[in-house]
Amino acid sequence: MGRYVARRLLQMIPVFIGSTLLIFLMMYALPGDPVRALMGDQAYDPAVVESIKRDLGLDLPVWQQYLNYLGGLLQGDFGTEIASKRPVAEIIAQAFPVTIRLTLFAFAFTVFVGIGLGVIAGLRPDSVRDRGLLTLTLVLISMPSFVLGYLMQFFFAFQLGITTPTVQDSESFGDLLLPAIVLGSLSLAYVARLTRTSMAENLRADYMRTAIAKGLPKHRIVGVHLMRNSLIPVVTFLGTDIGNLMTGAIVTEGIFNVQGVGDAIYEALFRREGATVVGIASLIVIVYLITSLLVDLLYAVLDPRIRYA
Amino acid sequence: MPEKTADTVRKTAVIDNPAPETTALVTEGPSAAKARSLWSDAWHDLRRNPLFLVSAVLILLLLTMAAVPGLFTSASPRHADLANHYLQHPNWGNFFAPDWLGYDGQGRSIYARIVYGARASILVGVGVTLLVAILGTTIGMLAGYFGGWLDSVLSRITDVFMGIPYLLGALVILTSFEVRSVWVVMLAMAFLGWTQIARVARGSVITIKQADYVVAAKALGASTSRILLKHILPNALAPIIVVATIALGGYIAAEATLSFLGVGLAEPTVSWGVDVSAGREQLRNAPYVLIIPSVMVSITVLSFLMFGDAVRNALDPKMR
Repeated sequence: MGRYVARRLLQMIPVFIGSTLLIFLMMYALPGDPVRALMGDQAYDPAVVESIKRDLGLDLPVWQQYLNYLGGLLQGDFGTEIASKRPVAEIIAQAFPVTIRLTLFAFAFTVFVGIGLGVIAGLRPDSVRDRGLLTLTLVLISMPSFVLGYLMQFFFAFQLGITTPTVQDSESFGDLLLPAIVLGSLSLAYVARLTRTSMAENLRADYMRTAIAKGLPKHRIVGVHLMRNSLIPVVTFLGTDIGNLMTGAIVTEGIFNVQGVGDAIYEALFRREGATVVGIASLIVIVYLITSLLVDLLYAVLDPRIRYA
Repeated sequence: MPEKTADTVRKTAVIDNPAPETTALVTEGPSAAKARSLWSDAWHDLRRNPLFLVSAVLILLLLTMAAVPGLFTSASPRHADLANHYLQHPNWGNFFAPDWLGYDGQGRSIYARIVYGARASILVGVGVTLLVAILGTTIGMLAGYFGGWLDSVLSRITDVFMGIPYLLGALVILTSFEVRSVWVVMLAMAFLGWTQIARVARGSVITIKQADYVVAAKALGASTSRILLKHILPNALAPIIVVATIALGGYIAAEATLSFLGVGLAEPTVSWGVDVSAGREQLRNAPYVLIIPSVMVSITVLSFLMFGDAVRNALDPKMR
């Protein structure tokens, strides 16, 4: 187990370096210049631009810039924004907790409601409630989150007046409820479908017949025998989904005006603030890599047949 | 719902009208009916699947809309007349007229923009799917067939691309382009999206390359390119097509999301995502300016999803 974790952690290093390098290259090698963006539409002196670039190390070759950046990152230095002169670490420290809260909220919603609906449908395959659920999830999957977001905003804020159209306080749980539901709805639909399919399949398994024949109480059959075996594909999906939820937050945070990572990265992109974009992206990649490791470890908990040497 | 409907429909079709089956047998000869290939078997299934028929009709309609929008409306999507302000509400009874769905903030016919917007969505969706299928299949086949160091390198590259969240990567690439034509958006989305198909293709090629017919072809001295193109590719195609058709709907949604965020297509290209984005300002007073193109995006994605579902059920032997 320990050796397996160590090996996986070592394998993460090239993937992490590769992903950050790719984002770095996309940010710095493609056209678009942060110092030019600083000048806006005004006329500017090329010499001034050159000297600012030299001060920031932007005149170096890209590979050297990347090494400098990576070196700083390893020492916990995320760099500084060019326009505002704010350290990127400060921006991240301010925005990350908000997004993590939103993501966890959406994740909890996905897990409980998604698995719950999947169980309800999967226990009676082909019943009316099963068909209804599958139709509902198909509709949810076909709605991009901005569509659902604005529909929710329109009905709950403008028609019914229950909530405010945008989030007033990004720290408050009540305010984050609607954005979290919108953010989690796509994953919810996938989780419900996966759970349902997996349960419907396992209902026919031999161990289920044995459990029923033994006369076990129903909650034990469903809760222990059926659920534990059916949840493996769902757990795989959920693990890779946290990273998607964090980037999906770019859209949701934009619609509901939540001051989180999505908001910060979206703004930074248009000002070509490479350090902010790469910094936040690297953190999201780390979250993605760690959750996929945790998922693989969870397999062993759910399925004792899987052992890691 | 999808897999089960396919099942029940097939059964009833067989029970209800055995007559056409037997006549087919007589006319086509026994050999044709006995050994149906995977593809003709799938087609046999699909024709009887209502889900497939509904989505196919919707997709045909959308494709016609994309190809010849002039058939559906005489109005121009770019003709702006501020006299037709968005507060002049839609004329719901006046079907297919320019004012049927009302006018947007700049006095352009929403119906005309819906019709003309289909082209961008379909073009990007189909284009990205084709590019991704070609790129992913090539990479996956090379990795799966040759194995060894090539496989390790290609698989690690796949891991790296998979580690980058799709939306974030697309945002980073697209913001650096001043002019974002349909092609730029398509290439950027394909550049990031090929990983899933590469993995699927690699997996199925690894299984297929041990098959007897591949060994036989090798023993007969067939060249590598012949083995790959004539023997492996046709047999590895089914799972790739399944993944690609289901992904198509997702790409259309992604294009709309990117256009909505202001980094995908932009004016003067007529696109549903751009229209949704423009409709935000009138959400309180004229919600239909935003809701109509949103619903259109959803219907399109839904048709392609149902289509992909039906194709998967027909091609996947496990569903039988």
